[in-house]
Amino acid sequence: MTVHTKGSGTTWVGRSIRRLEDPALVTGRGRFTADMPATHWVRFVRSSVAAGTIENITAPERAGIVTAKDLAKLKPIRPMLSKFNYVAVGQPILADGVVRFTGESIAAVYAPSKDQAEDIADQVEVEISEGAPLIDAMDALAEGAPLVHADTKHNVIVEGRIATPGFEDVWKTAHKVLHVEARSHRQNATPMETRAGHAAYDGSTGRVTLTCTTQMPHLTRTAVCDILGIPESDLRVVAPDVGGGFGQKMSLAPEYVLLVWLARKLRSSVAWTEDRRENLIASFHSRDQHVQLEGAFDKSGKLLALRGDIVANIGAYSCFPTTCGVEPLMALAELPGPYDVRAYDCRSRGVMTNTCPMAPYRGVSRPVITFVLERLMDKAAAAFGIEPTELRRRNLIDKFPYTSATGLVFDDGSYKETMEMAIKAIDLDAFRKRQKIARDAGRYLGIGFATFSERTGYGSPAFAARGMEITPGFETVYLTIDPSGFVEARIGSSPHGQGLRTSLAQIIADEIGIDPEFIKVVHGDTDRSPYGWGTFASRSLVLSGGASLLAAQKIRAKLLKMASHFLEAAPEDITLQSGSAHVIGTDRSVTIASMARAAYHQTHIFKGEIEPGLTETGTYDPSGTFSNACHVAIVEVDIETGRVEMEKFLVVEDAGLIINPMIADGQVHGGVAQGIGNALLEEIIYDETGNILTSTLADFLPPTTHEIPEIELHHVETLTGNSITKAKGLGEGGAIGAPAAVISAINDALSPFGISIDEMPATPQRIRAALRSSGKLPSNGKLA
Amino acid sequence: MKPAPFTRHVPRTVDEVVSALAEFAPLDGRILAGGQSLVPIMAFRMARPAHLIDINEVEGLDRLAVDGDYLSIGARVRHGAFHKPVIDGPLGKLLAFVVSHIAHYPIRMRGTFCGSLAHADPASEWCLVAATLDASLVVKSVRGERIVPVTDFLEGIMSTSLAEDEFLAEARLPLLPDDTKFGFYEFSRRAGDFAMSAALVTYRLVDGVIADAHVGIGGAEDRARRILEAEDVLNGNAPSPDLFVAAGEAAANAIEPLEDIQTTAEYRCDLVRAVTRRALERSLL
Ligand SMILES: Cc1cc2nc3c(=O)[nH]c(=O)nc-3n(C[C@H](O)[C@H](O)[C@H](O)COP(=O)(O)OP(=O)(O)OC[C@H]3O[C@@H](n4cnc5c(N)ncnc54)[C@H](O)[C@@H]3O)c2cc1C
Repeated sequence: MTVHTKGSGTTWVGRSIRRLEDPALVTGRGRFTADMPATHWVRFVRSSVAAGTIENITAPERAGIVTAKDLAKLKPIRPMLSKFNYVAVGQPILADGVVRFTGESIAAVYAPSKDQAEDIADQVEVEISEGAPLIDAMDALAEGAPLVHADTKHNVIVEGRIATPGFEDVWKTAHKVLHVEARSHRQNATPMETRAGHAAYDGSTGRVTLTCTTQMPHLTRTAVCDILGIPESDLRVVAPDVGGGFGQKMSLAPEYVLLVWLARKLRSSVAWTEDRRENLIASFHSRDQHVQLEGAFDKSGKLLALRGDIVANIGAYSCFPTTCGVEPLMALAELPGPYDVRAYDCRSRGVMTNTCPMAPYRGVSRPVITFVLERLMDKAAAAFGIEPTELRRRNLIDKFPYTSATGLVFDDGSYKETMEMAIKAIDLDAFRKRQKIARDAGRYLGIGFATFSERTGYGSPAFAARGMEITPGFETVYLTIDPSGFVEARIGSSPHGQGLRTSLAQIIADEIGIDPEFIKVVHGDTDRSPYGWGTFASRSLVLSGGASLLAAQKIRAKLLKMASHFLEAAPEDITLQSGSAHVIGTDRSVTIASMARAAYHQTHIFKGEIEPGLTETGTYDPSGTFSNACHVAIVEVDIETGRVEMEKFLVVEDAGLIINPMIADGQVHGGVAQGIGNALLEEIIYDETGNILTSTLADFLPPTTHEIPEIELHHVETLTGNSITKAKGLGEGGAIGAPAAVISAINDALSPFGISIDEMPATPQRIRAALRSSGKLPSNGKLA
Repeated sequence: MKPAPFTRHVPRTVDEVVSALAEFAPLDGRILAGGQSLVPIMAFRMARPAHLIDINEVEGLDRLAVDGDYLSIGARVRHGAFHKPVIDGPLGKLLAFVVSHIAHYPIRMRGTFCGSLAHADPASEWCLVAATLDASLVVKSVRGERIVPVTDFLEGIMSTSLAEDEFLAEARLPLLPDDTKFGFYEFSRRAGDFAMSAALVTYRLVDGVIADAHVGIGGAEDRARRILEAEDVLNGNAPSPDLFVAAGEAAANAIEPLEDIQTTAEYRCDLVRAVTRRALERSLL
């Protein structure tokens, strides 16, 4: 077998090796929560109204049922922020007298099977006296609006403001001011696997094992134990194979608290599998925002100042652990994006309504703010009569480190380079010619560019800026070579489909000279892995990768010391590769496996100079690093029906050093597909009574393979000092840029009509309505 | 996502079907055919039939054959049966073209032609085919058999003239003359979704002018139907882009559009205008 390790000139890092996790997954041997047998199955009785007071709950005789009055001793879910005028509100595990959104759990019934539980739940009668629900954030802001939580003064739960000094003076010097009023409608992350939990009580220890489909096992343990008032040592949380999360599984599900409580009460095992309807109405929602943005430009098209007002509809409660500040506050800090603008004045508010609570969803606020900011740039380009890419060229940051108007420090990136590459690869000039010919023939093609930054891999210093009671950050890795010579890396983050086991094995392999197939990455089990924050915010490769590297460097040093003892050579003269330590330029070597044996079973031979065992710990808590990309969409808009056909999508991505190109590409492809769905199809719709009209996948429309075009992908690798592996995060970027690029392309296609589509998703109905309002459609519906 | 409890009955003959219906329909019993519409709504508990009369094992109902001047489609014939033309000539081609627009492959392997008609979703492609081609429907019960023209069968959104104890045993589609031209076009948000509007047109060219035009519209009103106003525009005229635009306009003006939260009447008419014209354009390809 060829050797590809440090010292050999070829490394594991940078190669598209096959994912180590796939053999089990593609042969049906994956292990998912819903597969586990249980003694009791739980079904939640959910509110059919958005706002009201519970008058009465009647259950069939002898039914196993839990209601709020059984849970009086439990604390509510009450995440905290110490800044931004945050108003703490509590979410009871089961609605306690008041219901605040359609789908809120009112009771839990349990029975020996899922089907029986559903039949019993069906017979539980809940009388609610209905109140007037608030659905739109703008209504909740209005003077005299009813309160979603009676114990607050208003429905604004969090409010941030950043204003750079002298803003007005800069604003006055503007040559042109452009304005965008944008609306991003509510969406659901729709992971393939809905939520599921299984709690099993162990009679001999009194411990409960909660197996659930989460992105953050340790935080789940902390939260559940705090709410129940039990020691963390009494709960083990396991995240087995997880079928996608996209953020929806990084917030605490109240349902899991109930399961642990019930398992303890019944001293048995209890399980719940969410169905798709529950997921669509009562899991978490995102992206429901109103954004007003104004940009002041000088004569040359340089952006001088940005003024914004963001209203995020955060639903009825605040999610744990990030709090509902996650959307409005990220929007506030990151709105200026990759553009050099020194004057900034923005207000951002999170507003409570009688809707399903908001939680982070891939990209969090950035798909929205990127879409709005790119609309502004496109409008400015039109006002200046130049190509949208030319306007971006005049404004993209290109000197690093760059400190933004909001205080973010951008490390080395390739904002302009990726755009120039994209322009070439898509052949913008040729497209413009083709577009003109098509237009003359009554066909409307458009191209859209989105340039953006993706803040990734940030540790506790960055999160601390938000004033969170729970401030995420570091990751720890325990790396062990056991006596058999196999390697185990136990990590705190908790991947759910991203291939992290493979990528980390590649990083470790290069350092310690053992092939990835012998390296097992263990995650998602609080009994086995170090305390960690889980997987979100494009962080796992940077943080767990960095921590793995640090631990592997220590193991490497120890192995070299041991090898030096065995081979009687200086450590500097020894390389580790392909499972052995070799003295450079000789045929002398010793296997790492035999050294591992010795580290445990022959420790006497090191005469106390080398500590027994082969375990090292690495902890990494970096300040963060910015990835960047340019996305390009080409679309055709059918002006008679408003339908958008995706012709092509192109990405030039810079996520630093790429550890496994195949895995990186997969992340971008998936993100782009999700972004296209966000841009065109996906929308959670409430009627005015607060009932959800899109509670099935026939109404809430994720894209299928038919709706996703060919995606052409190029990588630029800017090596940053901000990440010790030189890798930046890229889990969210695909979803951040795609909506902006698609909507920009639609607007480019429709430019002859003088309209602007500033709404997401850009549905055919909306596009056709805008076309109609342009007054430029010929009366017979077809342009000559 | 689990249906409420029910009892399943499995008749083997048509006689057993009708007597089971006579017995159980009054007790909230229903036919189960391919289950591709009924089972999802039962899973949501929006339908809670106490009895299901499963016709999937009834002999003879899988018959798909030409009888004289029509194609007979038994109640067990699945959508998938039409993937390849079932007969020579335009009708076989028309059905094969249309069927690929119904849902997705696995659904087409279970769902039935007659089930679609009985379910009477306004956007069902088979309802549109039946309406456009003037199908006749053979309805059976313990009281006997009646043959119902499609215009008397489809009554509204998911509503037909089937009596409680009746079942649709067979659908009859008139064969189309060999020189029949047809065109179909539908608009949906994603591939495989129900159409937000669909048009099916058939006609013959006699001495260069259109004769016997049938213009059917589905998904736009409470049921699929022929739009005589559009047919009048076409009959007696030579096909031309302007004529097709005019037919689309006539169809859009003639319908009583369904509205929902995302679809205004105006938009539905826009779609009808577009799908009608495009179906006509496709008839010339
Ligand atoms: C995701 C999805 C997408 C779909 N997309 C489309 C689409 O694009 N176009 C489309 O047309 N359909 C679509 N369908 C529906 C599908 O075509 C169904 O198969 C069809 O509508 C009903 O046929 P069935 O045999 O499955 O009937 P069933 O589901 O078994 O029954 C439907 C109803 O008709 C009654 N019934 C059935 N057969 C008879 C009979 N012989 N006599 C009397 N009553 C009867 C039943 O009692 C029931 O009330 C879709 C379904 C799904 C799940």
